[in-house]
Amino acid sequence: MSLTLPSYPQPDGRGRFGRFGGRYVPETLIPALDELEAAYREAKTDPAFLNELDRLLKEFVGRPSPLYLAQRLTDHAGGAKIYLKREDFNYTGAHKINNCLAQALLAVRMGKRRVIAETGAGQHGVASATAAALLGLDCVVYMGAEDIRRQALNVFRMKLLGAEVREVTSGTATLKDATNEAIRDWVTNVRDTFYILGSVVGPHPYPAMVRDFQAVIGEEVKVQLEALEGRITPDAIVACVGGGSNAIGIFAPYAYLPESERPRLIGTEAAGEGVESGRHAASVAGGRVGVLHGSMMYLLNDDEGQIVPPHSISAGLDYPGIGPEHCHYSETGVAEYVPVTDAQALEALQLLTRLEGIIPALESAHAIYHAVRLAKELGQGGVIVVNLSGRGDKDVAEVMRLLEMERDQGLLDKDVEQVIQEVLA
Amino acid sequence: MTATLTRGAERIHAAFERAKQEDRAAFMPFMTAGYPSAAEFPAVADALLAHADLLEVGIPYSDPLGDGPTIQRASEQALAGGTSTRRTLALVKELRARHDTPIVVMTYVNPIYAVGPRQFMRLAQDAGVDGLILPDLPPDQDLEIADLAAEHGLAVTFLIAPTSTPERVKLVADACTGFLYAVSVTGVTGAREGTALGEVPAMLALAREYARVPVAVGFGVKDAATARQVAQVADGVVVGSAFVNAVGAGQDVGALAASIAEGCRR
Repeated sequence: MSLTLPSYPQPDGRGRFGRFGGRYVPETLIPALDELEAAYREAKTDPAFLNELDRLLKEFVGRPSPLYLAQRLTDHAGGAKIYLKREDFNYTGAHKINNCLAQALLAVRMGKRRVIAETGAGQHGVASATAAALLGLDCVVYMGAEDIRRQALNVFRMKLLGAEVREVTSGTATLKDATNEAIRDWVTNVRDTFYILGSVVGPHPYPAMVRDFQAVIGEEVKVQLEALEGRITPDAIVACVGGGSNAIGIFAPYAYLPESERPRLIGTEAAGEGVESGRHAASVAGGRVGVLHGSMMYLLNDDEGQIVPPHSISAGLDYPGIGPEHCHYSETGVAEYVPVTDAQALEALQLLTRLEGIIPALESAHAIYHAVRLAKELGQGGVIVVNLSGRGDKDVAEVMRLLEMERDQGLLDKDVEQVIQEVLA
Repeated sequence: MTATLTRGAERIHAAFERAKQEDRAAFMPFMTAGYPSAAEFPAVADALLAHADLLEVGIPYSDPLGDGPTIQRASEQALAGGTSTRRTLALVKELRARHDTPIVVMTYVNPIYAVGPRQFMRLAQDAGVDGLILPDLPPDQDLEIADLAAEHGLAVTFLIAPTSTPERVKLVADACTGFLYAVSVTGVTGAREGTALGEVPAMLALAREYARVPVAVGFGVKDAATARQVAQVADGVVVGSAFVNAVGAGQDVGALAASIAEGCRR
């Protein structure tokens, strides 16, 4: 079966999902966004582009990724069946590569030999550098100084792949500032540079385009679930949400079905130390409507409009906004968004590791936590699909540090093994 | 679009007209509000106003994606010193008590949404602001803001760039009520090495086809020599980062303003 890219009814002609989205960017970029939109529209129906993307997704990324019944996790939760969509199987370890390859192919098609990208934890940066190496493009990745310090290994990976990693020291020196800097680069070098944006955020057409490139996740689930369960639609789909690309990838193929055929779509937001603490990245629960990086969305900002730095245990969810399509889903009741804290994510990571032998990314662990809760609620006979957006290799050192810290904080007579046993109890 | 000119637009047009009568391009220095501190800002603004046809005051913003490192750092310092959106308008109000020169406020769009567009315009009007410059708001993204500005007597200014197509130039020029802001290069604000006119004449030719308001040029104008080049072709010259740098280095901004104002003579 050859690849087709979806055509959804949203956004409208102005790049809006309801009141969200749009193009709040310096005028310099408007022609580039028009050019990108036109090139994307053409590529979308061009067999040459689709066949090449299809080939790379199969042979380079390793798609389709398995849909796996987590039996021991299901037994532990004591209710609905929990299936895991294994995006952690993808080459480079997460869903990010789906979008990077497609955008890099688009860059080649548009004759742009220089690509830029922003990255937080380094996942999207590594995926972009990988796609650039594969296609012979020059690649510059913007990364906050704070993240460079925390993710030395990914920085080295990108350099090994031939990318230039540019340190960003402005603002909070994290993902949002790396994104600002990438946009500044694009404004400056707009005529010969392609910006590979990593999530369903940014000015139109990015949120729609990135969604279309990630929708392969949900489309595969439909086929796989039918083979496993004899039905296309599960009772619920759970995915973690930072900017929201892995969640949109699994939600969108179901979101536009008639309400009676739609599963419950649940996005788990990073609640950090709790939404009340002020130290979180939960844009729906704790933000309000604003504009950042070219798009109107739910946003963490104060009553003067200054962006409030987000916090999450997982660098990949550490973004002050959330994609405009998610905002629209939330406002129209198509999907619900629930907060999951750092501690809960850490607990779920250990749970999945011990019960299934799968170390999830801390991002994905947010979704696992809620799925276990939900399985009980739905009860026997129910079916849940969780998007396991990435693998946990990158987080192991951080998890070790956190568990040792737990041990040292009043758990002095226990070792890490005992802490884990308590989680499992 | 309002057919009648707002008070702010009238005052802005008059300032450009006066400069034209004297065979000058209007000189418009920029300064980040609350820089280097809320206490020192008024004196800096006074020094600029002594030589300015119009003054542009920037609301410090946490994520100024149209600005280069100079104005980013100034914004961070101003924010750290407690100058944010409402405080900026209060500082402008103080300046208005001492000066009659038109003052335009540059703000990213998010602070307007956070305060609430109507409340923001009310505060700006009360502070004696004449117009707004909106660097990340293409005019077709939000029609309410321009209408609310007009309702409160404020002019609005949007930007064009060397990449702008004739269709975009027309759309943007139609939306401007104060002046049209032409960005000299593809890029962000900041003093550059040897700014040449480059793409400015072609862009201005296009702008003049559509603009019913004066056209000012900014980005990369940093001294009397570069101002002189731009003044040959533009109705106004905007200079920002050079002044912010001068303040940061503890230099005499008044002297720099005097020399650039001289460069604006044709």
